[in-house]
Amino acid sequence: MRFINSLRQYGIFFAFFIICCFLSYASGQFLTFSNWTIIFTQVSINALLAFGVTFVIITGGIDLSIGSIVAVAGVVAALLASQPDLPLIVPILGGLLAGLFIGFVNGIIITKSKIAPFIVTLGIMTIGRGLALILSKGRPISNLSDSFNFIGGGDIFGIPLPIIILIIVFIICYLLLKNTVFGRYVYAIGGNEQAAYASGINVNKIKIAVYALCGTLAGLAGILLTSRITTGQPNAGAGFELDAIAAAIIGGSSTSGGTGTIAGTLIGALLIGVINNGLDLLNVSSYYQQVIMGAIIIGAVLLDSWNQKKLLS
Amino acid sequence: MPKLLVLNNISKSFSGIKVLENISLQIEKGKVHALMGENGAGKSTLMKILVGLLQADEGGILLEGEVISGLSVHDILGKGIAMIHQELLMVPELSVAQNIFLGKESQRFSWLNESDIYTKSKQILADLKLDISPKIKVKNLSIADRQMVEIAKAISNNAKVIIMDEPTSALSDAEVKILFDIIEKLKNQGVAIIYISHKMDEIFKVADIITVLRDGKLIETKPAVDLNSQKLINLMVGREISELFPKENIDKGKVMISVKNLGRKNVFQDINFEVKAGEVLGLAGLVGAGRSEIVRAIYGLDILDSGAVEIDGEVVEINSPLDAIKHGIGFVSEDRKAIGIVPQLSIKENISLSSLQKFSQFGFINSEVETESTKKFYQDLKINASGLGQKVINLSGGNQQKVVIAKVLLSNPKIIILDEPTRGIDVGAKFEIYKLINILKAKGLAIILISSEMPEILGLSDRVLVLSQGKQKAILSKSEASQEKIMQYAVH
Repeated sequence: MRFINSLRQYGIFFAFFIICCFLSYASGQFLTFSNWTIIFTQVSINALLAFGVTFVIITGGIDLSIGSIVAVAGVVAALLASQPDLPLIVPILGGLLAGLFIGFVNGIIITKSKIAPFIVTLGIMTIGRGLALILSKGRPISNLSDSFNFIGGGDIFGIPLPIIILIIVFIICYLLLKNTVFGRYVYAIGGNEQAAYASGINVNKIKIAVYALCGTLAGLAGILLTSRITTGQPNAGAGFELDAIAAAIIGGSSTSGGTGTIAGTLIGALLIGVINNGLDLLNVSSYYQQVIMGAIIIGAVLLDSWNQKKLLS
Repeated sequence: MPKLLVLNNISKSFSGIKVLENISLQIEKGKVHALMGENGAGKSTLMKILVGLLQADEGGILLEGEVISGLSVHDILGKGIAMIHQELLMVPELSVAQNIFLGKESQRFSWLNESDIYTKSKQILADLKLDISPKIKVKNLSIADRQMVEIAKAISNNAKVIIMDEPTSALSDAEVKILFDIIEKLKNQGVAIIYISHKMDEIFKVADIITVLRDGKLIETKPAVDLNSQKLINLMVGREISELFPKENIDKGKVMISVKNLGRKNVFQDINFEVKAGEVLGLAGLVGAGRSEIVRAIYGLDILDSGAVEIDGEVVEINSPLDAIKHGIGFVSEDRKAIGIVPQLSIKENISLSSLQKFSQFGFINSEVETESTKKFYQDLKINASGLGQKVINLSGGNQQKVVIAKVLLSNPKIIILDEPTRGIDVGAKFEIYKLINILKAKGLAIILISSEMPEILGLSDRVLVLSQGKQKAILSKSEASQEKIMQYAVH
């Protein structure tokens, strides 16, 4: 039974493996260390967003505001990082707190007003974009400190810092969802919110924490992006929410709530990264890449529901 | 006389396990054919095959001599086999008439002809002597009325065979009577009824022929007059259940919970009772009398407008289930699907859900302690599954109920509220729950029991509180309480 239950997960891992095999056969460059460093670096921002949104999706919600949070957090961090005398921790904390705050607001409105998360975060998405433009006065913010630019551009023992951050955040999120009371409550709320409430779970508190966590991770993604492009861009991150949601769904999260894993989401994000990278190596036009990407999202969910049906019969 | 519906040697396996083995049934016109068996005996699977939701591996089905096995659900419905589902399948936001005619709407040049379906629905409901407006939205109907609408829908399909799966599980006695009147009427019109139920008294009132299934095999088909409930139970479980309600004398302790002047606007008023340690207080009354509403409010699921709850002699403030659990109240809801189980989680994760704080340090769950603690209840309650890791969605109703009870027990309550604890579960599991209630009494828990099955209330309660339309009518002692007396208070 344990095997059958995790077959879904294996389905995605298997698909990922097959695609990697094919690409290493089709392109000699694919399976090199430097190419994988590129893939992981490119994937890191989407993966951070996708980890956060996985928690939200498991509770049965959705967060469309994370792309805007990337911009707000990026602009806040950039404003602080362009002040010459401030220590590095200030822009980092500034970006994280901006993300935490917006996520917290999402959670408060969703739990207190009972308005659907889709609507609330759609509204906050627009407000967030506006805030980013107001804070930056509509202009990119450059001349950031070298230490700040090191976050997205530097490396330690040859491993780019974004990859190290990705691994650390992955481990934290993985443990949080799998081994803590908080994680269990997240699954319970998504599986049956009323049953969770009747079992004595403070549903609102957990939901607010989930949106705040998602916002904080989006803030971290905003810091990484700003540091990598060495400018705070008020228009950064537009559409990022959709890639993150796609990664979670490819990784086995169900939008009806109750299912999903961090490992699955990481594979989902890597799958998107690997396919983009592979298609680049194979010189496929970026126009076609989008068509292929969309097909993969639908295909992954189809494979999933097909697996489910097979399990039930 | 040719049989209306014939099932020939139906067999079905799921992933190599035989769930139905050579089942042959003959259903006659104008007869009620009861299908009995414990959960997992194969009744539901057989019915799903009959209505086309599943395909049999072997065997065939003939309706009036015509082969209907292999047809789609829609075609089989068109041929005249309709099922009243246990979980009622209707669109809450649509009106009664719109639901009755869903999928076969009257049309005029492709435009909906609403007035036509209202006229027709009115006629159908009048024929059934039902006082339900066709214009009311289904979401505003009681569960009993919804069931009647489902039957009206089946009739509008000119059904020749109507399958009723636990039709009375949500009905009060008065409503059951209406249902049985309707069944009588349908019989006279020549409709055959396949009737699935776990309630003995009901079966002998309504059934003409009884078929017993056990472990996917047909055990016996007999006229109802040749059987009695003891014989029937023995056939179903394949073993003797000597006494349905085990009796144990237990000394009552101090008052554990007492409620004073509880009230909720337009729902219930002036409710006063107390329950001692080692005592079962039964709440009796018709559906809509306010039984579930009272216990929901005590547990913090609904808000009280007036009154006070005292636990151990002290007034407590309960605003949420979390508060209730902290004060030692456990609640097994009547609706385990809606507020009992989390279907995607495993048995272990469901059982531990209310008690996770006990197994965790710094927010991390100690998996070993969790497994140990849940395993004890898994074994004690004889939950029938492949293991603690099995998802609850794949369990039968009786086993799901045991999981919910295990969850409540693990949270170590002093007071336990059981709202219809045996609804929709089989005889064997019911008996185990009765035994469990006695064990809990012996341990000194105070128990509040709601049941629509009169024998349960009478057999298990030390005292019975009778409600009618939100008002407390009487508290009867065990010696005073009888079916007649309870009904007397319940209908006034």
